Amino acid sequence: MMRSKPDEDDYWNSSKFRAFTFDDDDDEFSTLKESKRAVNSIVVDDDDDDDEDDVEKVSWSGEPVGSISWSIKETASSVHVGGQDHGFPKIDSTPSLPRQGSGYSLSSLFKGRPKSGSIQAISESFPDVPSRSFAPELRKPKAEYKDYSDWSPEETVRRMQRGKAYSFETFRSLKDKMLLLDEAVHANDGNVITAVLIFLKKSLSKEILSRELTSREIALRHYIHYLKEMGEQKSLVELLKSLGRTEDMALLQYKEHLNIKDEVRKKEYLKACIGLPFSPEDASHVQDHYTLLERQIIIEANDKQAENKVEVFKKHPRKASILNMPIITTLYYSCFYHYGEPEGTFSSPANIRSTFKISEKQYFLTVLGARAKLKEWFDVDRLFTAKNWFGYTKKKSPIGFHRVVDILQKNNAPVQVLQEYVSLVEDTEQKISLAQKYKCHDIVIDTYKDLKDRQQLIIYQGKVERNSPEDRKIQDLLNNTQIRWKN
Amino acid sequence: MAHSSRKDAPDLPDFSLLKRIARDQLIYLLEQLPGKKDLFIEADLMSPLDRIANVTTLKEHEVDKLYKVDHKPIYSTSDQLCFLIRPRIQTVKWIADIVNADKAAGKLRSYKIIFSPQKFYACEAVLEEQGIYGDVSTDEWAFHLLPLDDDIISLELPEFFRDNFLGGDQRWVTTAGSALHLLHSVYGPFSKAYGIGRCAKMVYESWREQGKEGEKKTPQSEIGTVFLVDRDVDFVTPLCSQVVYEGLVDDIFRIKCGSVEFTPDVTSSEKSVKVMLNSQDKVFGEIRNEHFSNVFGLLSQKARNLQTAYDRRRGMDIKQMKTFVSEELKGLKQEHHLLSLHIGASESMMKRKTKQDFQELLKTEHSLLEGFEIRECISYIEEHINRQVSMIESLRLLCLLSLTENGLLPKDYRSLKAQYLQSYGTEHLLTFANLRQLGLLVEQQAGETLTVMESKVGKLVNDKTVGKLTDAFSSLAKKSNFRALSKRLALVPKTMEEYDLRTPRDMAYIFSGAYIPLSCKLIEQVLEREGWTGLEEVTRLLNGNEFVGSAGGGSETGRTTDSQRIILVMFLGGCSYSEISALRFLGKEKGYKFIVVTTAIINAARLLEAMLDNYG
Repeated sequence: MMRSKPDEDDYWNSSKFRAFTFDDDDDEFSTLKESKRAVNSIVVDDDDDDDEDDVEKVSWSGEPVGSISWSIKETASSVHVGGQDHGFPKIDSTPSLPRQGSGYSLSSLFKGRPKSGSIQAISESFPDVPSRSFAPELRKPKAEYKDYSDWSPEETVRRMQRGKAYSFETFRSLKDKMLLLDEAVHANDGNVITAVLIFLKKSLSKEILSRELTSREIALRHYIHYLKEMGEQKSLVELLKSLGRTEDMALLQYKEHLNIKDEVRKKEYLKACIGLPFSPEDASHVQDHYTLLERQIIIEANDKQAENKVEVFKKHPRKASILNMPIITTLYYSCFYHYGEPEGTFSSPANIRSTFKISEKQYFLTVLGARAKLKEWFDVDRLFTAKNWFGYTKKKSPIGFHRVVDILQKNNAPVQVLQEYVSLVEDTEQKISLAQKYKCHDIVIDTYKDLKDRQQLIIYQGKVERNSPEDRKIQDLLNNTQIRWKN
Repeated sequence: MAHSSRKDAPDLPDFSLLKRIARDQLIYLLEQLPGKKDLFIEADLMSPLDRIANVTTLKEHEVDKLYKVDHKPIYSTSDQLCFLIRPRIQTVKWIADIVNADKAAGKLRSYKIIFSPQKFYACEAVLEEQGIYGDVSTDEWAFHLLPLDDDIISLELPEFFRDNFLGGDQRWVTTAGSALHLLHSVYGPFSKAYGIGRCAKMVYESWREQGKEGEKKTPQSEIGTVFLVDRDVDFVTPLCSQVVYEGLVDDIFRIKCGSVEFTPDVTSSEKSVKVMLNSQDKVFGEIRNEHFSNVFGLLSQKARNLQTAYDRRRGMDIKQMKTFVSEELKGLKQEHHLLSLHIGASESMMKRKTKQDFQELLKTEHSLLEGFEIRECISYIEEHINRQVSMIESLRLLCLLSLTENGLLPKDYRSLKAQYLQSYGTEHLLTFANLRQLGLLVEQQAGETLTVMESKVGKLVNDKTVGKLTDAFSSLAKKSNFRALSKRLALVPKTMEEYDLRTPRDMAYIFSGAYIPLSCKLIEQVLEREGWTGLEEVTRLLNGNEFVGSAGGGSETGRTTDSQRIILVMFLGGCSYSEISALRFLGKEKGYKFIVVTTAIINAARLLEAMLDNYG
């Protein structure tokens, strides 16, 4: 029986996991494919109106015509074209969103009694709700600015929460200032807490403010967040330092490198970061970061020169510069363009491996990926070949051979190459399923033969092409009377 | 009891009213600046704005040209500029630069900033500092709530999560309180309030505080109970791979503000198509809450039905055909279109997931949830990192490992972190620092270490501060206690049990029967017990902060009315589509209707992207 199921379906079905598989009998994925064909082939012959009339009109950018996002793109492009006044984009079709009637007077909603029934429903739902929630705040009446000299911290915070006039004028003594801050924290209102902190920042020395914040974690976090948002890097570093949060300070300073575009300046900045009080572990990462960028700058300069001269660069032009790429990407790059260079050169895989203490497993994976991408199967073969002390060669890998197969397959390795590694997979079941997936017929057949599994062999015969070499090989085996089948 | 009430699940209130309130208020604000004006809109306000108004609406109120806020110099020639922005300092600074540049050039214009959903003192301080306070008028557009669907309302504030939980900035507490207050005013009064989490508690208090000002009687309550929950109560759930249709679509195509852009491989045409995903789409309505393995069958069934409906045309006479065309054809064609889109989407998702060895990924996730074969999981994650498979995916798995195992062994932590930095860039040092602060990815610590440190510090400072420091440390050392919680609440069903995903028996179906989402399980338990009684051990493991409040206004006698079975769940810090699906399922089982109010719709990728520091 020929089965024409797509590979992925085979794979999903083959999985052992119970819950997320598809019914073997139902074969829903192919049902779905059929449905798709069916749905697509339904022809509605007796109409000539546009099929799209149920769908939103969508412009080239994918935004619905008439939507705000769409319109903004239009404005933007018109600006770049001529800079002259295009006014509103012309829209011939009706806007996609139905125009919801906004014909009634808005002011009536906020000020007076509504007219129509539907509006009544809204306004009646909240007749007494403070205006702040529904109507925007208008200019405050002058009467509000009365004497506020006797406002307590509670009253001040309460007024601020309601967006009413307030004054910090009376909070002069440190004690009063802190009462105000504590009250704001007590009210849980971040907006007010930050407002008070801005006032304190202006009216207290840095030392005093930092000292007071030490014991006020919530206010402190607001202050740090505020300084971050304001971009006041220097004040923030000073604050963290005075609080003894040296590790946070170091990370904050390290973060600055992200804003430096020029790679040489960035490198110098990273060098300066090395001495910052990181945790020992992070310090070595930052050291690596500096070393990496230093090497990348050298490699980049050399390879730019090589681009038009060296074969591998001509055949596989670089898509991007190697600057600022992660360590593993750099290793991959070096395996791709600088494979086989002696360890002494900065760009050699061996050098990168030892400089950044890359694990054996990681190194293997990366080399494998890069050489397979280049279809250098000989390099791949050598990578796994180990001589033992008798001088015999043997295939060895720090990662499972099923993984090796997966990587090779993703790089479109030919069946002959795949076959070699599939045969090295230890787990028999896994070996067979991989061999079936990648059509390594010999392995499947030989394995069943070794298992003396006649039934499976017969089933497999049904899956291979008639009169193909595989088919004949199976037939020969089945006809072979020497084999003692277990079934 | 639950089963008898299944069928009469109450109707949901009509939330389109919220859109109208928001639109009317915006129009009112635009009218405050009479005459022609150019409008600059903050990028992330564009989609929400699109849901409630369109260009015509703005045009009718004398908006001339529209621009996106992009922090670059502007080209507008209008003499009135209006800025519709989020209250962010960087944006206000950009506006200040514009105003000051105009001043220097002797250009006279009027400026208005409309902050949405509210303004912050810190933003006004920038105006003052830049010497333009008074030159620029400011207003607030209290656009708190955007209904994304019949039962989903979003605050569209993704930054809520990072600001509140990572930054410790409570700026959005009042905003969330106001949102709740608005819902209470229009659809309340609520009679019961439950909640858990530090932020939830503050939001509850803020809402109660705001309610004091204008307490009033509404004739009829449409929502009975409200449940507030902090995102950091349950980080595990949003970090799991989503396998329910709607969640999967969000994971793969990213649903933005209720709309998704299907790429050409889905539409089998040249162009992408933007589709609104909500209950208006009948095909989507039937599959959105289904486990992905069920979707194929349902779509095939629908395709067959459609074919039958079309086939009925054969043998019709002219008159019948006329009726058919005028009455049914449009609907059929609409369904036809939607069906082919969702089939295309399913197919494309299937392909992508197969490519990334989804099966094995799920297996690892399920092992982590179960606490089974952890070493294998670690080497799976390690290899994921080594092969430089998606940076976010690796991070997600690391966080799941840490959350479920109560932190990583120091040796593993160091080795995985080092490999991660090698694979994805050293700058992720910053990401790891953020994740540690949030408790998402931590090193296991010996029990004593903390106490020693505490008492050491304690000697240095006075008594009053010791308590606060202890608080600070305990928040730093916050443990997820997942294993203990899972045991106590039976979140992970025993293995070897068959789970029929076609007829799910509990909320675990949203994760292939492997895990009942903690957040939803808590809600179920509290509603069942009408409080936290009996859950003391659970709340202790969750670091407390649970509360029950009579929400005021409502009468306690109305237990039998429909509104009592309408439950509003507010997620502070976001929730995932899978959680919404789980609640819909729970509602069906128990005869409730859930309304989900969330600060934003999140998934694992969005949650973790918010932890990255490599910008700004």
